[in-house]
Amino acid sequence: MKQTRREFIRNHAVAAAAGAAGIPLPIDAANVATDASETRLKWGKAPCRFCGTGCGVNVATKEGRVVATHGDINAPVNKGLNCVKGYFLSKIMYGRDRLQVPLLRKRNGRYDKEGSFTPVGWDEAFDVMAEKFKAALAEKGPRGVGMFGSGQWTVWEGYAAAKLFKAGFLSNNIDPNARHCMASAVGGFMRTFGIDEPMGCYDDFEHADAFVLWGSNMAEMHPILWTRLTDRRLSAPHAKVAVLSTFEHRSFELADIRAVFAPQTDLAILNYIANHIITSGKVNEAFVRRHVNFREGARDIGYGLRPTHPLERKAANADKAGASEPIDFEQFAAFVSEYTVEKVAKLSGVPEDTLRKLAELYADPGTKVMSLWTMGFNQHTRGVWANNLVYNIHLLTGKIATPGNSPFSLTGQPSACGTAREVGTFSHRLPADMVVTNPKHRALSEKLWKLPEGLLPDWNGAHAVLQNRLLKDGEINAYWVQVNNNMQAGPNINEEGLPGYRNPENFIVVSDAYPTVTAQAADLILPTAMWVEKEGAYGNAERRTQFWHQMVKAPGESRSDLWQVVEFSKRFTTDETWPAAILDANPQFRGRTLYEVLFANGQVDRYPLSDLDAEWDNDEARHFGFYLQKGLFEEYAAFGRGKAHDLADFDTYHRERGLRWPVVNGKETLWRFLEGSDPYAKPGTGFDFYGKPDGKAVVFALPYEPAAESPDGEYDLWLSTGRVLEHWHSGSMTRRVPELHRSYPAAQVFVHPDDARERGLRRGDEVRVVSRRGEIRTRVETRGRNKPPRGLVFVPWFDESQLINKVTLDATDPISKEADFKKCAVKLVKA
Amino acid sequence: MRPVASTLLVGLAAVVLAGIAYAAGDEIATLRGGPLAEEGAPPPMANVENNDVRRKRDYPMQPPTIPHKIDQYQVDLYTNKCLSCHSRSRTEESQAPMVSVTHFMDRDGNFLADVSPRRYFCNQCHVVQTDAKVIVESDFMDVDDLLKARKAK
Repeated sequence: MKQTRREFIRNHAVAAAAGAAGIPLPIDAANVATDASETRLKWGKAPCRFCGTGCGVNVATKEGRVVATHGDINAPVNKGLNCVKGYFLSKIMYGRDRLQVPLLRKRNGRYDKEGSFTPVGWDEAFDVMAEKFKAALAEKGPRGVGMFGSGQWTVWEGYAAAKLFKAGFLSNNIDPNARHCMASAVGGFMRTFGIDEPMGCYDDFEHADAFVLWGSNMAEMHPILWTRLTDRRLSAPHAKVAVLSTFEHRSFELADIRAVFAPQTDLAILNYIANHIITSGKVNEAFVRRHVNFREGARDIGYGLRPTHPLERKAANADKAGASEPIDFEQFAAFVSEYTVEKVAKLSGVPEDTLRKLAELYADPGTKVMSLWTMGFNQHTRGVWANNLVYNIHLLTGKIATPGNSPFSLTGQPSACGTAREVGTFSHRLPADMVVTNPKHRALSEKLWKLPEGLLPDWNGAHAVLQNRLLKDGEINAYWVQVNNNMQAGPNINEEGLPGYRNPENFIVVSDAYPTVTAQAADLILPTAMWVEKEGAYGNAERRTQFWHQMVKAPGESRSDLWQVVEFSKRFTTDETWPAAILDANPQFRGRTLYEVLFANGQVDRYPLSDLDAEWDNDEARHFGFYLQKGLFEEYAAFGRGKAHDLADFDTYHRERGLRWPVVNGKETLWRFLEGSDPYAKPGTGFDFYGKPDGKAVVFALPYEPAAESPDGEYDLWLSTGRVLEHWHSGSMTRRVPELHRSYPAAQVFVHPDDARERGLRRGDEVRVVSRRGEIRTRVETRGRNKPPRGLVFVPWFDESQLINKVTLDATDPISKEADFKKCAVKLVKA
Repeated sequence: MRPVASTLLVGLAAVVLAGIAYAAGDEIATLRGGPLAEEGAPPPMANVENNDVRRKRDYPMQPPTIPHKIDQYQVDLYTNKCLSCHSRSRTEESQAPMVSVTHFMDRDGNFLADVSPRRYFCNQCHVVQTDAKVIVESDFMDVDDLLKARKAK
């Protein structure tokens, strides 16, 4: 019954009077608890579980449960702030449908691909799983198994999984979902600088005079970095913000310069800016002469589709997409000269005047510029090119690696940098930027892992999109998915993902905390501990490594991904997974379990339980009998120390609010490549791009080329997909927080009002979004936060009842193998 | 086994009995509630709750949700419609809650003369609530309920 404020006060006066008279009241009648044993909360620190910003969070526990979270005022990233998702972190672990026991598809008491999910114990789960992995290894060899992991793995989880697959199963068919997210950024860094991850850091926000958002909608996707940018823009009135996107969104609210460009024409705009810098005489010649080489990249490189696709057959250089030739400055200037303001304005739809203003932010030597991008560049069939091209304009002007001059690749996931990239969980990588195809890198890894020479496989494994194709084709038969929801997140799941998982030849294992659509498509589901239910480490977008302790127990029989990987390794012996020749030459390894050779190897198990912090639980360490996380971290850190990827020692991170690598002599590095700031930049160089043998970064000549699929007569609209502020990725956590769900309960298709009217559609109408590959049913939104131009629609992908990735195309950047979730052709059909 | 686990098992059993898809017991994805191969009808668009009734917070640091519509509210370089009621100087007139005192602090904890620009975009933390039904109940317990449960033991 609703009562008025006055009634409320009257009813509670009795309690107040009793309290004043000193009459003790039962606990539920007293309105303030003052007993310290009741009011005291136990606080710990952790990075946020969601995006790559890496905000510090304080977590309160009581009675073995998380009861509150808030932004950590001592965390340099966020200084006390969180976004709405971050403020509700306390509730992500408490959805009523938490998985608590392993579930195996069974019929008549036995595993059956067409059976029903049936609770089983861990022993039975691992028995069946090991049998399936052993069968696949026996039949197909190391290429018959695969794993799909995550930029949300903790550092040691990704490290342990990569080690099990690459050194245990001798299979490089392990890839993280960071392939969908940051692979093009990695490709851009490696091509331009020869070393991964941003040179700048978040301190750039307080130093820059201008910010340019390339496709990024930071207001929703990196909200706390947006608060730092907003703070700078509003408190330093000279500061300017330029926002470029294929549709208008919330970040436009702060824009001084706004540009909605035709999809894919970002490539032309970037080349126009380079051309403008050159023709207006604003090249920083001293910087370019000392620190830059020029190269021209291969063009007509295809779209990463299946080789049988007509577009791949037609492409001249699909097989050497990453190739390039040296050129000089004059050749580069001639190359970009065709990108005139007139031509690019016509191609992109952005007015000439806007293009000039934008180019001047870069060209004006007095303006410190920060460029920011994420999925707009990365999820792009020319994503590596887009990354290269934005570095071009910073290198031509020398606006790089100094405070406020910062081409900054924002990161999607909380540990896409720390785990997926640095640990080397990609199918082509080893730790610390090394690659599986380089014999020296393999030899060093074998040495640091104390494994026989010549053991590690030399072939590039299957990347994310290829894994789904190989599952469909029956080439990968035993497959393990951890910390991701790829049946919702992967492209073209109708034609590739779902047929792959449900292929009768395959056995699919999904580890998750909740029953997701990926779990639904699996054959075995493993209940998984999450976030502060385990000890963890993440690395954020500014190279900041952050640790947390286990603060609560996981429910039921849930186990962390780390426990699962390490425990599973006990079920294999070297005789089953390694070649006889290796064992003949190294008989001491014969008959050993993978657990013994990979984890109980005298290195990973060297830190005793007495090293644990007595304040906190550590279920994995207690189970295995040694400080597993510390052993894994220290073994892994050996790869990067002394090689410009230096991490501090393990215990330091439990004390600090994160440190930005390289950490040398206890000191973190804010700006890399800058002499005096980066200990690896040699004295006298000024700038030292030491990732390249001659210390010079590369400016690339790369053209505009069209998208893989563009609107036509029938499929007449562009489709872009993306996130929303209130939900993290596929919503498996945030849609179980009532406040977040009720704030943004369902996906919808954002449509320009005229496009809707032409199709006889009104706001709220049910509509089918149809492509050549699949369709969803949703509702029309013509108002709200996203305002697409005519000819483009936007659908967020958080809603598992509307799987928009049935509609998207699995075209990838041919260099990075990252899918383009931002461009394909669809039509709207009134339902 | 905790009660939550048995709830799930009961739920699974129900799905098994009701299962009519290509594999019985297949439809476990709670937030989808159907087979992967078929697309169900979208729910009607939810309405934003607009009753101005304040809601309980689960812990004091939780940003309050917005109990009214904010359609067409302009918050940009030029104006902030939210602050036209919630700013310190306007609350007497509007009888709306004043923005929290924390909102006047800069990154270093110094109090400013007005709301800090880092807090300028209100919707980054404060969101509306619609009448949409919660799909999965939350077993989060706030600290009061937890203490009550302890006393009851």
